Amino acid sequence: MNMVEEALHELSAARAPDGFLERTLRACGLRDSYAKVATPIGDYFVAWRGNRVSAVSRADKGLESFLNWFASEVGRSLEPAEGVPALIRRALLATRGQGLSYDFGQLTEFEQAVLRKTLEIPRGEVRSYGWVAREIGRPGAVRAVGTALRHNPIPLLIPCHRVVRGDGELGNYAGGHPELKKDILKLEGLDLGWLEDLARRHKRFLGSRTTHVFCQPTCSHARRIALDNRVEFSAEQEARAAGYRPCRDCRPVAA
Amino acid sequence: MAPEELTQWLARDLDAGFEEVVRTHQHRLFALALGMCGNPHDAEEVAQDTFVRAYRALKRFPPERLEELRLAAWLSRIAVNVVRNRVRSRRPALALLAGAEAEGVEVPERRAGPERTVLARAGVRRLAGLVAALPRAQREAVLLHSVQQLTYAEVAGALNLSEATVRSNVHRGLQALRARAGWLSEVS
Repeated sequence: MNMVEEALHELSAARAPDGFLERTLRACGLRDSYAKVATPIGDYFVAWRGNRVSAVSRADKGLESFLNWFASEVGRSLEPAEGVPALIRRALLATRGQGLSYDFGQLTEFEQAVLRKTLEIPRGEVRSYGWVAREIGRPGAVRAVGTALRHNPIPLLIPCHRVVRGDGELGNYAGGHPELKKDILKLEGLDLGWLEDLARRHKRFLGSRTTHVFCQPTCSHARRIALDNRVEFSAEQEARAAGYRPCRDCRPVAA
Repeated sequence: MAPEELTQWLARDLDAGFEEVVRTHQHRLFALALGMCGNPHDAEEVAQDTFVRAYRALKRFPPERLEELRLAAWLSRIAVNVVRNRVRSRRPALALLAGAEAEGVEVPERRAGPERTVLARAGVRRLAGLVAALPRAQREAVLLHSVQQLTYAEVAGALNLSEATVRSNVHRGLQALRARAGWLSEVS
């Protein structure tokens, strides 16, 4: 073999530099980065891959525990980043996750449907576990919805804190202590005392005398009803008998 | 892993499959980029850009196109286009880079005999520069055939040329390299 063939052969045996694989996968958006963000309700770790958020977790249990949890739940490794992309950071601080993309990785189709539906609940409003189950076409799967939300890997952005029990109790919270669920809802402007009072009196719907539409109590339309025009209902039949139809936005009852 | 296993993996799980594609093809593609650019810094940029474009393209691939995909040839064609676009848009002419030595390139020592190894190492450094100085058509043909180890038919497909043209370009490219390498070994 002459020198040219030999050298060409050697050239074909050249090795990509150390770290090339990792750098390339990150450039393709195939590697998760993480960073810490300070919010009004405490520090959070955020993980993302490309422009998709893959995890959010309270930082109070420490980095080690976050990395272990991510490895076991998501099944990928994480690399530290300088900071969180501005879009994700702003969404976290405002607890507004609707404009972002998500990486649901290993989650089942059912779990993904639950999270996507939960993402639709507007800021400052709440829905019941039963509502989520009904909306995704699985009205019998109320408990399974609860389980899926308890394992929500992206709390705050996927607002599982806005899903509460049908009896007015707040229920479990994936993002931490149940008290935290209260704090976040208060931060979003929800009047919890008023909601508890309605639940205690078994009032589930609010209607408007002018439009003859009935809503879930926290629906943005219900909150605009003037006090004088507001009617409370305990059951769907009661509202229908009085000549009211369900709101098309908050869909308070089965279609 | 056989090439068709890799494309089947891509069809099943694009993200995990693509990680394996990068793992499998990174060194060969880097070598190709090194031959085209003449220095490891630009070569890494080109190789990385190639994989990023490949990944974006694969996301939009229908499954039946994945099945018949010849990965090595396809990646080579993307790399060739990446280099062509760089030259056209923002890079100095390749001739200016040709003198740059391929410092920092790791070449495994595989053969016995210290003289042969030294010769080969000196050879590969200069060769990267020499190959980069070839006319574009010859450079691409030589690299795809001798470094990327594609068949003439695959090179022809990747470069959108006839097989006869590719054969002639490889032949003339190797001839030019031999002449210049001979001159190099005389002066050193």
